[in-house]
Amino acid sequence: MDAFFLYLAIFLPFGLGILLLFLPERTGEGAVRALGVLGFAVPLAVALFLALRFGSAPVEDGYRFLTAIDTGLSSLGIELRLGLNGISLPLFLLAGIVGFAAGLHALQSNAPRLRLYIALLLVMQAGLMGTFSSVDIFFFYFFHEFALVPTFVMIGIWGGFGRRSAAIEMTIYLTLGALLSLLGLLLLYVQSGAESFSLPALRDALAAQPLGETVASNAFALLLFGFGILVSLFPFHSWAPRGYAAAPTATAMLHAGVLKKFGLYGLIQIAYPLLPEGAGNWQGLLVWLALGNVVLLGFVTMAQRDLKQMIGYSSVMHMGYAFLGLLAFSTVGVGGAVLLLFGHGLSVALLFMLSTAVYHRTQTYDMQEMGGLIGKAPILAAFFAAATFASVGLPGFANFWGEFTIFISLWETYAWALIPAALGIIISAIYGLRAFSRIFMAEPSDALKEHWEENQVQDLQVRERVPACILLAGLLVVGFFPAVVTGPLDADLPGLQPAAAEASETILPHDATESSRLAATAPAAQEGSAVR
Amino acid sequence: MNLEAFQKIAASNLWGNLLPEIYLVALCLLLLVFEMVFRRQDLLLLFRVALWGQVLLLVLMGLSYFGGFPSGREELFGGLLVQTPLTETMRLFFLFGSLLVSYLGTRFLRARNLARTEFFAITLLVTAALMLLVQSNQFVLLFVALETVTVGFYVLVAYARTSGYSLEAGLKYLIMGALSSGLLLFGIVLLYGVAGSPDLAGAVGDPLHFPSLAQFIAAHPDNTLVLAGSLLVLSGIAFKVGAVPFQIWIPDVYQGAPTPVSAFLAVSSKAAGIIVLLTLVTGPFAALSGWTIPLISTVAVLTILYGNLTALPQRNVKRIMGLSGIAHAGYLLMGVVAAMTVDWAVGAIVFYLFTYLLASFGVFGVMALLSEGQDADQELDHYEDLAKRQPLLAAALTVGLASLAGIPPLGGFIGKLVLFIAAFQAGLYTLLAFSVVGVVLSIYYYFGWVREAVFRVWRSAEGAGSATPALPEPRSLTGLDRTALVGLSVLTLILGVAPFVLTWFLQL
Repeated sequence: MDAFFLYLAIFLPFGLGILLLFLPERTGEGAVRALGVLGFAVPLAVALFLALRFGSAPVEDGYRFLTAIDTGLSSLGIELRLGLNGISLPLFLLAGIVGFAAGLHALQSNAPRLRLYIALLLVMQAGLMGTFSSVDIFFFYFFHEFALVPTFVMIGIWGGFGRRSAAIEMTIYLTLGALLSLLGLLLLYVQSGAESFSLPALRDALAAQPLGETVASNAFALLLFGFGILVSLFPFHSWAPRGYAAAPTATAMLHAGVLKKFGLYGLIQIAYPLLPEGAGNWQGLLVWLALGNVVLLGFVTMAQRDLKQMIGYSSVMHMGYAFLGLLAFSTVGVGGAVLLLFGHGLSVALLFMLSTAVYHRTQTYDMQEMGGLIGKAPILAAFFAAATFASVGLPGFANFWGEFTIFISLWETYAWALIPAALGIIISAIYGLRAFSRIFMAEPSDALKEHWEENQVQDLQVRERVPACILLAGLLVVGFFPAVVTGPLDADLPGLQPAAAEASETILPHDATESSRLAATAPAAQEGSAVR
Repeated sequence: MNLEAFQKIAASNLWGNLLPEIYLVALCLLLLVFEMVFRRQDLLLLFRVALWGQVLLLVLMGLSYFGGFPSGREELFGGLLVQTPLTETMRLFFLFGSLLVSYLGTRFLRARNLARTEFFAITLLVTAALMLLVQSNQFVLLFVALETVTVGFYVLVAYARTSGYSLEAGLKYLIMGALSSGLLLFGIVLLYGVAGSPDLAGAVGDPLHFPSLAQFIAAHPDNTLVLAGSLLVLSGIAFKVGAVPFQIWIPDVYQGAPTPVSAFLAVSSKAAGIIVLLTLVTGPFAALSGWTIPLISTVAVLTILYGNLTALPQRNVKRIMGLSGIAHAGYLLMGVVAAMTVDWAVGAIVFYLFTYLLASFGVFGVMALLSEGQDADQELDHYEDLAKRQPLLAAALTVGLASLAGIPPLGGFIGKLVLFIAAFQAGLYTLLAFSVVGVVLSIYYYFGWVREAVFRVWRSAEGAGSATPALPEPRSLTGLDRTALVGLSVLTLILGVAPFVLTWFLQL
């Protein structure tokens, strides 16, 4: 029965999106809005409901609420198979929350051709819900593309300055990333000899017959760089700030907040547990790339004048921490990464939304031109401060627990990386607070004063406050009760651990036990052949 | 020959199995008779006869499958022809293609003052020949069928005889086509000579017959004449497929030919080339896989790169379709290489061909409807703001291009996916890497085109007079236009979200 709700969360928004496209022209605004709210509210309701039911649901193959439908490609092992585990549940919930907030924001945004906009957002929402509830890795990819394609269209039609070139750059970059990860997934499937694309089947097949060192390493590299491009891993990040700056707000919220987490989710759920041998080869490189995200892009973020670009860069920068959490691939590190994904998704969506609210009151994204908004819009200032603190990682917000646990896990593996990582925290505090002071505290420019004299500037309206409150509530609830997320994580993460433990052996080939075991098996093998 | 052999041949003269081809030729003749009887060329009547005649055939063929889709392998006419589930599927493919060409042709002929009957008649004839081509099991029949196709295309390409572009295209196609026919024929003769030579051990009685030739080649895989002959034969086929280095004619011919003919060339002719290549490399040339695999792999890589790289800077949409079609031929060649080791890859190729057919005809259809006959000079700029002027055309174009680019959830994505899985199972990692590069490159021009059509354009006030001359404003769409475009888009979507409608059929 619970499985039915998974289908509902995917196919209801999709169906409503299609319905909106085909409604007759004269349909009233009210009907469009009602359908839109329904389409965004149901996935959130399903996510919350399933999160409550999660503890008591029976476990099957490591998943709960497992269900499957045949699609006609079952001879290739492709089946629509849905379910949730402790890793996917927080992201499923995140997609529900951010989707609802972004939907509400879009519905009140006065965008031209609102119906098409809402329809595309609903399709994107359906793809997001599908991505994080897919157990079959083909559909995991398929739903991701489902969510990605509307992004390009939305940037092209409702985007801001530079949208034409940003859209094409983003499309090419993300298609490259998606194709590389698709190749990695196909390689995994073909080489494992598994009968199906479903994750438990692949896990069993690989446990029974691990891949060779080279194949595993190559497959992992494909997945790492494919997913890495999608998460804007340094140096493949340049699409993100430009794309987000050009994207309409609700799209940026959904993409930066949720869809981008797909890559890291894929690494956590698929690449690391299935290919521990391959992961070992790339950790040494990954730590530098992740630090590149944190430190180099941190400095780049500091240099931004455009508010949206700055938020875009800061979201790229914080992904570096999530990668650092993967390095140890311990329960602590991965748990921290998932927590950070959850917290960051909410905080970056909130920041993008508030930056649009700032724009409506100042008519510019250039922070040098802003100032003094605190007198005009104190509630907006309060929300912005909260979002900035959350993004910096202050205690009380979800991000804090994520970064904190990542640092703990880092201590066990790459302790030296703690220093640059901590530098990143300082950097993000600097640019966050500086942006806040420029926007709200500084002396407003003459142009801005003129604008304010001519136009009445209002504080954050109720219709803007509702989505902001939803996002902030999510941040605070997990900030004060991290068990909401860590509970399910604790239940399922240890399941991935045996593989990780083996990995730590292969990472260190000079390990005494390993080499002695090799030495012990080699003569035995020779004997065996001699007898034959 | 003794009497028994004749009896065997006579027993296998199953004319009934060739009814679709016979029907098409009869329909072609009927159209010519119509012209004699009615004198004035009533386009609507001709079109209705051609279209409904083909729809009837499609229905009849569909009805005949109620007893079960043909399975197994049946040789006809003493081994001249062979019918398998693959050839049966391809028959449907070609029939579907020619239906769409006839439909697009009406639109084209209405705008231009040209002879009308012949267009439909030749299309039908070429389709019948394409059907025979994929069923042929013997080199003489293969050559005759191929020449019938090619000669038909000579006429069709130059059909707009008042247009310089079309004549130029016709001439280029004629010269290159004659060259490739020459290569093919020379190759056949070499193979015939060496395989039938009594000096060599294992000479076979009927060296033109594929199975006998396969026997001989298996016995002498290193014979120089065998190598030269098969290489020449493959070159002749590569011309049809548009594979490097025989791709040079494609952009000019596609641009100059009337749009329906470009679509016909891009889809049916290319598909026939791929299937014949597949038949050859897995049939008579199977023993040569030692060098055909590296050869075709190299050609596939070059074809993919050439098609995508040259399409990047293009502004003329017909050249983009031609050059990107070369890239698609490259992906299909990868499928052919995979099919040499992985059996089910044949199904993947056919699935890909079907998605390619739907998407290409969608795009060519939009091009034909937009241009109203003046179609050689269609630039990307002409597509600006299409979404505002003609939302349906813009939607159909977007679906078609996205499917060609392989974007989920459209059919093109599933087509690429099954092809890639097949290539993975065959271990073609280098080819896969180049394919991915190609697909990423293709995003640039496909998406750039969609961008022109769908995205808002901000023009400066004084820049209203754009540099490219405007096309005549297209006529409003008829019900049939809408049905065709919506139908193609919906089918593309269905193949993407519910591939089983075709995979079940292909027994993939």
